[in-house]
Amino acid sequence: MNFTLHIWRQKNSDISGEFVTYKIDNIDEDTSFLEMLDQLNEQLIAQDQDCIVFDYDCREGICGACSLVINGYPHGDKKATTTCQLYMRDYKHQTELWVEPWRAESFPVIKDLTVDRTSFDDIIQSGGYVSVHTGSAPEANALLVDKHSADEAFNSATCIGCGACVAVCPNASATLFVAAKITHLSLLPQGKIEEQDRARKMFQKMESEGFGSCSNHRYCERVCPKGITVSNITKMNQILGWT
Amino acid sequence: MSNLYANEPTGPLESRWEKHLFNLSLIAPQNRKKHKVIVVGTGLAGASLCATLGEAGYQVSSFCFQDSPRRAHSIAAQGGINATKNYQNDGDSVWRLFYDTIKGGDFRARESNVYRLAELSGNIIDQAVAQGVPFAREYSGYLANRSFGGTQVSRTFYARGQTGQQLLLGAYQAHSRQLENDNVTHQSRSEMLEIIMVDDKARGVVVRDLVTGEISAHTADCVILCTGGYSNAFYLSTNAKGCNTSATWRAYKQGAYFANPSFTQIHPTCVPPTGENQSKLTLMSESLRNDGRIWAPKNIEDCEKNPADIKEEDRDYFLERMYPAFANLVPRDVASRAVKHICDQGHGVGSKIHGQRLGVYLDFSAIIEKLGLDAVAEKYGNLFDMYSSITGEDPYQTPMKIYPAPHYTMGGLWVDYNLMTSVEGLFAGGEANFSDHGANRLGASALMQGLADGYFILPKTVANYLSRNPLAEVDDNHPQVVQSLKAVRDRIQQLMHAPQPKHSPEYFHQKLGKILWEACGMSREADRLNQAIGEIAELEAHFWQNIKVTGVDNDLNQTLERAGRVADFIELGKLMCQDALMREESCGAHARVEYLSEGGEAKRDDDDFSFVGAWEYKPEQPMLHKEQLNYEFIELTVRNYK
Repeated sequence: MNFTLHIWRQKNSDISGEFVTYKIDNIDEDTSFLEMLDQLNEQLIAQDQDCIVFDYDCREGICGACSLVINGYPHGDKKATTTCQLYMRDYKHQTELWVEPWRAESFPVIKDLTVDRTSFDDIIQSGGYVSVHTGSAPEANALLVDKHSADEAFNSATCIGCGACVAVCPNASATLFVAAKITHLSLLPQGKIEEQDRARKMFQKMESEGFGSCSNHRYCERVCPKGITVSNITKMNQILGWT
Repeated sequence: MSNLYANEPTGPLESRWEKHLFNLSLIAPQNRKKHKVIVVGTGLAGASLCATLGEAGYQVSSFCFQDSPRRAHSIAAQGGINATKNYQNDGDSVWRLFYDTIKGGDFRARESNVYRLAELSGNIIDQAVAQGVPFAREYSGYLANRSFGGTQVSRTFYARGQTGQQLLLGAYQAHSRQLENDNVTHQSRSEMLEIIMVDDKARGVVVRDLVTGEISAHTADCVILCTGGYSNAFYLSTNAKGCNTSATWRAYKQGAYFANPSFTQIHPTCVPPTGENQSKLTLMSESLRNDGRIWAPKNIEDCEKNPADIKEEDRDYFLERMYPAFANLVPRDVASRAVKHICDQGHGVGSKIHGQRLGVYLDFSAIIEKLGLDAVAEKYGNLFDMYSSITGEDPYQTPMKIYPAPHYTMGGLWVDYNLMTSVEGLFAGGEANFSDHGANRLGASALMQGLADGYFILPKTVANYLSRNPLAEVDDNHPQVVQSLKAVRDRIQQLMHAPQPKHSPEYFHQKLGKILWEACGMSREADRLNQAIGEIAELEAHFWQNIKVTGVDNDLNQTLERAGRVADFIELGKLMCQDALMREESCGAHARVEYLSEGGEAKRDDDDFSFVGAWEYKPEQPMLHKEQLNYEFIELTVRNYK
């Protein structure tokens, strides 16, 4: 398979970037999308050029590092998938690919396709936890949790913090990310006690980090690689007393 | 060669940790703020340690190379975490988990440490539940358990197939809470490249900011490395791409002994590589072997065929043939070696890589016929989906292809009972140390060990060290600090400006991986190991002559990062082979073909090799130190799966 790639190159956050076009040939259809970029980088090294920088780590869809907008879709147009789980056979009929970084004011570009998502860590630091001391936990079965709540909490907790929800949102809002953590912890008795305070702090932090507000476009749940739904946002709004 | 002592407490096993805790010195709350501690790596062990030390009031600085601590590779652990709660009333106990772990490790782990691990396991579950980790539950609201390989009890706690993710996020959130309270400071995208040694004690680290390329020194009263394992020495492994040995290798070069480097675990059921440019391998849960039948074509000319066109009588169900009693359920190491053997003989299937087909079939047609499609989908649906998204093939129709892959490293920095390395003031936790798994790790034990080290052991032993070692402040102009900074800068310049830049880091990494996989993978023998040691020495010389790093060193340059890591992997690879060559026995995952029974079982030599092999760095040849393993409480037995 042969591809024409238009890849966003940007030296750093102070300089504006541009698309640069590359050709890559003889790609096997079982090559993953990131392996295709690896091969392109090997070509660039051979030509004495600086490699294209992109975030990756686990390459199995769980660490949340990878973050590319491919032909307009964060993590590509395949449902419930991260970029590292895409294969070139998924692009059989699209020989021209436009590859960009997440675009949001709160995710400044570091270089090329890599962005700074420290703002997500800052939001968790503002209250995304249960305030338990190490060593002071009671016996694990002392507090029962009904299975339904535990399963629902898991569904919210499965967020990988990739930021696709922000990248796709016209308002660059992080509401789905924030709501998923608030919902996860509120559904469990261990996290219930602090829920009001936690929700308020995390929401305020989201705003002060420069993320926009939710205006119900619901693009976020469509691109979320872990299938986190906007019902989390409804739950968060209830906790914040907005409904 | 010298003998090494672990500073273990003596007396009855059950009271050793308690007794030791009482003997450890404490630091009064108002004095803790005066002590600075550096933690490198923020996976399960590192994040849980930062959270606990920060809460206790120490000044903690943490570093990780990822863009956020939440992305550490602990996140990818699927199966679960063991604990001796005995919720299933099936006869579990601290003693049983202790025994299973020692036996699973083929009697090459230290009794006192393993007992402590089993003792602490229950408290880990309490802690995680209190943090809001959404473990699987029964309809009654009680915690659920499942069973896991190598044991006869159900003691594994799990959160679907994402237990590592949920436990890591719990520890990450606890770490985040201390960051918010300003007890801990943290720098992501920061790679540790040197340990600063002052008066023979670890007093700090040199770190490269991966975004700006800035090299900086950070001093403290002690340093704790929680930087994971080194499976990526093999190039292709189930580890995340960024996992590396650089922190542990820098420590080794500064005097910390590296223990049992050849003890590496190979997982039998991974998705096989499909091409020469493959970047990593993905693990498929071992549970698939419960119902799948493993086979390869009897005739080499059938290997290219569609499996549906290969007649039943032309299929070799080799595990069933070789191990009639356990058949497809033989332990990881035995299954892995058999698969490699079949492929080496030319009976592998799938696409050819370097002229060889690396894969065998894992066939579900019998069970689908017996139970029906729906029942199989109910049991394995998510795994089948995962397989099909990676390979584009439908395992309900076509047998899966599997091949073994490096997965976990039992070896690591040698540590004593306090988890301190042979360098004063330098500690190691989690997969970075060698401590608890002997020659083979049981499933669902890695998460347990990382969290036991981070939440419960290191906070106590680090405090003891700080209390007993009054230390003078090391300022930034100290000659050792200046020298360490210079060493790191010089090395980066060497990587950036090789005499004849020719090949990328990937090129060298792939070469190393191939040598190690062939000589120091699932089966090892003296000739091949000797040959590999020579080949790696050549590769090392070739690397420093021809490594090519494009771009500049003062911005985000992933090629430069990789080059530094590959350089360290090459040196480690040589030590792995030397260790495998020294150990003239087979035990656990270490299979020397000269020391296997006819059935392919490991033949241990307890008289001569019941020791931990800990290597000390010397510029010419590494020096071996032995920690004798004395089994006071359990009897050594032989594994048999025939």
